[in-house]
Amino acid sequence: MSPHFEPISARYLHLELLGRPHRVYVEEAGQGIPLLCLHTAGSDTRQFRGLMNDQRITANFRVLAFDMPWHGKSSPPAGWQDAEYQLTSSDYMRMILEVSDALELDNPVAMGCSIGGRIVLHLAHEHPERFRALIGLESAAHTDAYYDLSWLHRPDVHGGMVCAGVISGLVAPVAPAVHRWETLWHYMQSGPGVFKGDLNFYMIDGDIRDRVDKIDIKRCPLFLLTGEYDYSCTSEGTLDVARRTGASATIMQGLGHFPMSENPEKFISYLLPVLDKIRAL
Amino acid sequence: MIEKIAGLVNADTKLVRRGRFVNTTFMIAIDDSYTLLRVEEGRVTKVAPGPFITPDYSFCLRASRDVWEKFWEPLPPLGYTDIFALVKQKLMRVEGDLHPFMTNLLYFKDVIAAPRQEAKR
Repeated sequence: MSPHFEPISARYLHLELLGRPHRVYVEEAGQGIPLLCLHTAGSDTRQFRGLMNDQRITANFRVLAFDMPWHGKSSPPAGWQDAEYQLTSSDYMRMILEVSDALELDNPVAMGCSIGGRIVLHLAHEHPERFRALIGLESAAHTDAYYDLSWLHRPDVHGGMVCAGVISGLVAPVAPAVHRWETLWHYMQSGPGVFKGDLNFYMIDGDIRDRVDKIDIKRCPLFLLTGEYDYSCTSEGTLDVARRTGASATIMQGLGHFPMSENPEKFISYLLPVLDKIRAL
Repeated sequence: MIEKIAGLVNADTKLVRRGRFVNTTFMIAIDDSYTLLRVEEGRVTKVAPGPFITPDYSFCLRASRDVWEKFWEPLPPLGYTDIFALVKQKLMRVEGDLHPFMTNLLYFKDVIAAPRQEAKR
């Protein structure tokens, strides 16, 4: 293999986020319509490496992704050592809007997966005017906890290994091994208690079942893509949101809960038609 | 299927390495049929079929025969690919002292799914 650089550039953005100074890691590739990508709970921007390296996408879209505070190469805020990280719907929404403003994104598309797929439903409900379109990957109105979350953060269990172990079955069994294990590695690198803190939003605070009917897709088009092997955000959960909002929904064959990371090529084959529709809006 | 687990696991040097710190006895319950599996340093050293009067084990995975058979297919049907998929649907229960299980989840998931390899042959 000849050495080469990927067409991704990365910078650290300093900004006031949720009223406190933050240092946030931002990656981007391509030019055109801003496509702001939101990673899953306990992971980071590397999940979007396939998208940022695909010219079919970057020819028309400026693909951006940021590591949420506490995640990836973004720092937690000063004083983190004395706090328990807990993601809430309002903080998550505010964070996305404040990062989008700081990056001066003009009428962006936001695309999130899992917790990101849930927050786009909140954005569609509360801030539709801020986005050209929203794409929810593995998006459902609510997910009940199906194991004791305290296992994810305790000193006698390796946090990285248990987080990867918990989510490993959400990767489709037919995913290429290299991408499956890359996806798990991101989880193994997550900071202590961060995945658990994100799940506070995913399984408790972010429940939007009582407001899904109020989403108006005429104010902001909503597209839903869900992998058939995802048992966390199920196909039924996505189709229920689609039925109640009129959003377009596709169940993706051979994919699980981390489509863009576990099998980028297959996922992009489902994403491209959605991006074509957004370009035509 | 269950009696094949020891041979399949012990022949998989990468899996044995992943479980090199695991020393425990766990139970698999298929309907009312119970089997104890002893693990020492990642190797399955004993597979003992019940019945038992006073079984001594750390954790138990309990499901119906129909669920286990689907779980052990080479490519299980949707919803049967992972222990947590079954737990979420209340098709499987994981009981007892979960510490060895959760501490070595990536190891135990592959140990318990090992019969899928046999089914492929």
